[in-house]
Amino acid sequence: MPKLSVTHLEATLLFALFSSIVLGIVTRKTDHERLRYGIRCFAYFVVALFAVGWVMYLAHG
Amino acid sequence: MANASATASEAVPSRSWVPVVILAWLVPGGGHFLLKRYGRGGLLLLSVAVMFLLGLMMRGPMFHPQSGDLLTVIIYYGGFLADLAGGLLYFLSVWLGYNQPDVAGHVHDYGAKFLVGAGLLNILAMVDAWEIATGKKN
Repeated sequence: MPKLSVTHLEATLLFALFSSIVLGIVTRKTDHERLRYGIRCFAYFVVALFAVGWVMYLAHG
Repeated sequence: MANASATASEAVPSRSWVPVVILAWLVPGGGHFLLKRYGRGGLLLLSVAVMFLLGLMMRGPMFHPQSGDLLTVIIYYGGFLADLAGGLLYFLSVWLGYNQPDVAGHVHDYGAKFLVGAGLLNILAMVDAWEIATGKKN
């Protein structure tokens, strides 16, 4: 199996993408709601990623 | 009235949930396939399987049960259970000899999280399949 090397940003975006797909599928009732919730989850993941990233950067000094 | 009775009849479970949940555990999205939710099952299979494979390609270590202080027990037993929740993906990788030692490096760390995350997402898929099979959800 090939070895994969990813940056922090790539890894977290991939994690956010697949998690958002599953969360969208299992938590809503119609396809339209699932799509909207999946996109919203992904947006939340990305916002949290940059927010936590900046907090760690500033806290680290 | 006719719509209400039609919705109620759709929600009535038509089969036992046990094989659905077992199949959902072994094959991500398998429970949905058994319940004829092919689109959702396919997306679940794709998401969980790709996430698990990415974890393997990042050479993430699997968790093994380990005793020690409370935090160690929670992390290692919890991680092991989450890895195990990957079903056949987990068993196949172990049977085929995947045994990555825990080494330093952010890619290995992410790999471990991808493997655990895939198992946890599969648990969500199992719960969803159980809800459909028992008529709690369409």
